[in-house]
Amino acid sequence: MRLEIKDLRVHYGKIEAIKGISVVVNQGEIVTLIGANGAGKTTTLKTISGLRKVSSGAILFDGQDISKVPAHERVDLGISQAPEGRGIFPGMTVLENLEMGKFNRKDRKSEMKEDLDRIYTLFPRLKERTAQAGGTLSGGEQQMLAIGRALMARPKVLLLDEPSMGLAPMMIANIFKIITTINTELGTTILLVEQNAQQALQRAHRAYVLETGKVVKEAKASDLLNDPDVRAAYLGTGAAAH
Amino acid sequence: MINIRDKGAEIWETWNRPKRVAFVLISIFFAGLLPFAADWGPTSFLNTPITSFQNVLVYPVGMFILMALGLNIVVGKSGLLDLGYVAFFAIGAYSQAILSTKFGWSTWEVLPVGIVIAMFSGMLLGLPALRLRGDYLAIITLGFGEIVRIIALNSKGTGGPNGVAGIPNPPAVFGFKFDLMHPEHYFWLVLGMILLVVWMIRRFTVRRPGRAWEAIRQDEDVAALMGVNTLVYKLWSFVIGAAVGGAAGVLYASKVMVISPDMFKFDVSVLILACVVFGGIGNIWGVILGAGILAYLPDRIRFISDARQVIFGLVLIIMMNLRPDGLLPRKKREKITEKSKK
Ligand SMILES: Nc1ncnc2c1ncn2[C@@H]1O[C@H](COP(=O)(O)OP(=O)(O)O)[C@@H](O)[C@H]1O
Ligand SMILES: [Mg+2]
Repeated sequence: MRLEIKDLRVHYGKIEAIKGISVVVNQGEIVTLIGANGAGKTTTLKTISGLRKVSSGAILFDGQDISKVPAHERVDLGISQAPEGRGIFPGMTVLENLEMGKFNRKDRKSEMKEDLDRIYTLFPRLKERTAQAGGTLSGGEQQMLAIGRALMARPKVLLLDEPSMGLAPMMIANIFKIITTINTELGTTILLVEQNAQQALQRAHRAYVLETGKVVKEAKASDLLNDPDVRAAYLGTGAAAH
Repeated sequence: MINIRDKGAEIWETWNRPKRVAFVLISIFFAGLLPFAADWGPTSFLNTPITSFQNVLVYPVGMFILMALGLNIVVGKSGLLDLGYVAFFAIGAYSQAILSTKFGWSTWEVLPVGIVIAMFSGMLLGLPALRLRGDYLAIITLGFGEIVRIIALNSKGTGGPNGVAGIPNPPAVFGFKFDLMHPEHYFWLVLGMILLVVWMIRRFTVRRPGRAWEAIRQDEDVAALMGVNTLVYKLWSFVIGAAVGGAAGVLYASKVMVISPDMFKFDVSVLILACVVFGGIGNIWGVILGAGILAYLPDRIRFISDARQVIFGLVLIIMMNLRPDGLLPRKKREKITEKSKK
């Protein structure tokens, strides 16, 4: 698996939201895309999963340009997304939500059970709430459901859009821990979009900093944690260092 | 307020198969007795003053129920606002009118063909329209409804503003006669169609299309992220809805024997949509009840002539305030509140 975004440009009408960015995600990595609100993180992920059209540039998945492939077929290729704001189906139960994650996989019953077991091991909370409507879950549980649902399709690369958004600190720590577990134990490659730069940089291998639709920095995550500019802009501790 | 639908579903869940089958058969039996309801002392208040009760049961009641069920597949199941549903009804009706008067086809021969023509037009409309969302889709479908009517109004083949007269009734089968003297036979025919549609919808709902429609209704983008080919499934709901509308149109034309373009105006689309919303969008039992009441009421209160439209409107307004989700709302957890969407 190798995901490569090349000189990507994306527009909303006349407004250019993504202004020629290049990002590489290699097999087994956690790569994070950090940036302030409105930097273009969500747009980038939506373009990778096919919800937004590419204006120019390419999205290479294992060397193939997939920028013309419709969104519903990209899941089958191995790209799954837990969207911003979780995007669970509020009116479906936890189990139905998870089953939706495998909509196109005509696996046998036993494989469905295997996948469910895998998700329930990762998120025991979901197992307790399997018959509960998604809309009645807490924010953290909804995030677990969104990630679990994305994993049901056995993705090669998992796209996470601000999984920490709106969660309590305890739950944030929990979710980030699970992100590492998914990467190490399931071997799933992860592209993580975050505003919580501190946590994201601690968990990721490499990182890109996005500002108003452009990549302004690209480095090993641990290096960015100590980068004075990044500290000042995203970690809220930089001022003291200057 | 108690939710009768949920209560009913709860009781149904506890029943075993023989109990369910018995219940269904008994319900169908009583539905079949409906044409005689007004002949019986205690329920004789059901009688309608101008048109006979039995004829009212066929049209508008039965036809409205059929159309509301069809529209509910589009609006209720997959959440697409179609404001031009009358188009498919018109296409079915004109198929029956033209094929029978010009080519001598019987209703039984026209029915499948009319359904296919309606489905094909649904596809023709859906392919471009379903790429759009929300308000745009509503406006395009509205336009389509008007275009179909205007074509009927202006072409020679459809008889222009005078429409088509002398449409034959369906030929008798197994001793059932579908003519003016036997409205109860006609009602049974429509009832059979309704049952068939209900059965079909229930089949779909528990299978993949039902899941896909539900996902699309709740969040179309996320549905696509799950691998749902949203365009194809939206198209299917459109085409199936069109098929039901077309079937209703064929039966309607064969019943009234004369059709003209002014029977297929925009207000029919709105009225059918009102039936769906009034009864309980997304829930077939609610839709049946809503359509039944809204179709029957104007004929029952016809004696107050002019004021009846006002009363009809008032009933709608009051009911929608009291029960905004309709008489029999869909399953509670299937409702999407703005809060849970966030
Ligand atoms: N649906 C939309 N229509 C128009 N502009 C949009 C839309 N969504 C996002 N944008 C704009 O695109 C830019 C990037 O937004 P987004 O990708 O959501 O940023 P982020 O996820 O980093 O907060 C912003 O300037 C935003 O205002
Ligand atoms: Mg965002």
